[in-house]
Amino acid sequence: MKCRVCRAPAVVEVRRHNAGFCRDCFLGHCRSQVERAVKEHRMMGPDDRVLVAVSGGKDSLALWDILVELGYRADGLYIGLGIDGYSGPSGEQARAFARARGLELLEVDLPADYGYDVRSGAAADRRVPCSACGLSKRHIFDRVAVQGGYDVVATGHNLDDEAAVLLGNVLRWDLAYLARQRPVLPGGEGFPRKVKPLVKLGEREMAAYCVLKGIDYQVEECPMAAGNRHLGYKEALNVIEERSPGAKASFYNGFLERGSELGAGTAAAEREGLHPCPSCGAPTTSAVCAFCKLVEKAGGDPRRRLPVSAR
Amino acid sequence: MGAVKVLLRNPRREVEVPGPVGAVALLRQLGYVREAVLVIVDGALVTGDATIPDGAQVEIRPVVSGGAR
Ligand code: SF4
Ligand SMILES: [Zn+2]
Ligand SMILES: [Zn+2]
Repeated sequence: MKCRVCRAPAVVEVRRHNAGFCRDCFLGHCRSQVERAVKEHRMMGPDDRVLVAVSGGKDSLALWDILVELGYRADGLYIGLGIDGYSGPSGEQARAFARARGLELLEVDLPADYGYDVRSGAAADRRVPCSACGLSKRHIFDRVAVQGGYDVVATGHNLDDEAAVLLGNVLRWDLAYLARQRPVLPGGEGFPRKVKPLVKLGEREMAAYCVLKGIDYQVEECPMAAGNRHLGYKEALNVIEERSPGAKASFYNGFLERGSELGAGTAAAEREGLHPCPSCGAPTTSAVCAFCKLVEKAGGDPRRRLPVSAR
Repeated sequence: MGAVKVLLRNPRREVEVPGPVGAVALLRQLGYVREAVLVIVDGALVTGDATIPDGAQVEIRPVVSGGAR
């Protein structure tokens, strides 16, 4: 197989584009897909201060790498989740990446800073671990971004993540979630703009990017992921993709192009009743925000001073 | 003869298959969907049409990460 761009021997194939790429042309392809996504959805401008949600996995490290290469001012935020056998090594990967490139990595550690971990928080708040984890991460990214004066939070959600979430939302016809499933969520009083610059790249491409760039990332999965619904949706979509390359992209892109009105009213209504949480200041529609409730139930302290970048 | 040594992840383990073998054939033999993995031969990424020689050290690296993020 030859590189579609320069005809040198290919090292990666992207079946949905029916194309192979050599190393350099593939890295260029990834950068240009990010550039296109940023431009098409007006995600951010050259002067924005970007906070990248860094997990130590392939997507977030590749995203950070690409944003820096494209010239964005991007710091990272790593959240230690207190998950045995996973949080230790993934934090190491994130730190090593930042150190090697002289980038600034902010850190928050759930056990050390808030007095709970994903497992204990989930048990105390009667949630599944991924729900407690997602809630904690979203809250902390928002707070750190607002307090640190960042314009935008960038997450490593790729095409496969978005297609899987879309499939789940459509299977339940969850209009509120469909309304929020955009590549850009505008900021507002108390919360930053959120963007997903990898929506035009599949996770196989992100893993290949890291391998070709020599980025050491956390390959072993989080132990909490095993058997969850999200993975089931990805598996199902990959079986379809195997038979019809491009199916995932047309599913997700079709939603962006033609399904954008779904649940639009629900989203507007949700933003109406927002007020600051009396405990932490985050916007919420309930008396106390969901994060503070979880932390208090888990016996921790939600009012922690968050790290703010030195810049 | 030197078989092809294959490193699998999640959980980490190693199997041997007779070589030479095509990358796509190897994946099929071990029950992987192409879209869900990368094939790395002696440290270098290869495309599906590659032939993996006897004695090669192969890694089949899953690319699907989980978690409702
Ligand atoms: S798999 Fe679940 S618990 Fe693990 S990091 Fe992802 S969201 Fe958190
Ligand atoms: Zn090329
Ligand atoms: Zn709160």
